[in-house]
Amino acid sequence: MNNTRRTFLKAGMATGTVAVAVGAGLLTPGSVLAAWPKAAFGTKKMDEAIKILNGSASTADSKDIIVDAPDIAENGAVVSVTVKTKLANVEKITVLVPENVSPLAASYILGKQTDGFVTGRIKMRKTSDVIAVVKAGGKLMTAKKPVKVTLGGCGG
Amino acid sequence: MAKKKMKIRAWTEGARTTVKAILFHPMETGLRKDKSTGKAIPAHYITEVKCEHKGKNVLTCLWGPTVSKNPFLSFRFKGAMKGDSLKISWIDNQGQSATTTAKIG
Repeated sequence: MNNTRRTFLKAGMATGTVAVAVGAGLLTPGSVLAAWPKAAFGTKKMDEAIKILNGSASTADSKDIIVDAPDIAENGAVVSVTVKTKLANVEKITVLVPENVSPLAASYILGKQTDGFVTGRIKMRKTSDVIAVVKAGGKLMTAKKPVKVTLGGCGG
Repeated sequence: MAKKKMKIRAWTEGARTTVKAILFHPMETGLRKDKSTGKAIPAHYITEVKCEHKGKNVLTCLWGPTVSKNPFLSFRFKGAMKGDSLKISWIDNQGQSATTTAKIG
């Protein structure tokens, strides 16, 4: 009789502790994160990702943006991509790979003092264009660069 | 933490400060399979990186699983002096996080 009561109490306490731990774990990222756009990273459509991040999907080609990436990437797991632009008031730089399972790779929100220059390394599943979308002065401008991938970088 | 979470180098030349950082992280996509067990390796990747100088956000990165393992990040900004500190913090999809402060040289 007493035994069951003991077990019950113990079980109750254990679940309580776990619940508190999970709660704390979930609360911390929530308070630190601005709003990680889960929908944008999950979508398989490139236009949709651009729209969620920038509020519009209508882009114009621009010669003022340079996407610096290798012509041939031997290892698709590490493709160094640099986006440079001379445009003024750059607010956001978004990097997309249309041939990847989820096209959105990275989105950078720039501060007022920050130059239009960002370097990062991304994975590419197969040969594809690398597209950069730059939001400057409320306008969306884009440039792309084809990268040939000889060894895919997503999946085993 | 015993393991180093990131390496940062920042220096000022003229009006511009260049920052280069490597964040140590597995960046698992969730699509890869463990070859010995055949089970999928759970997704584990950095979702957000914040770079701050004097309390001001210089750069916020929103990353997906597409970003490579041990991500490298480089950018430039204006308005920093030598000796200022630069704070970089990240958080991943499993709720882990790290913050490192570096001096601008």
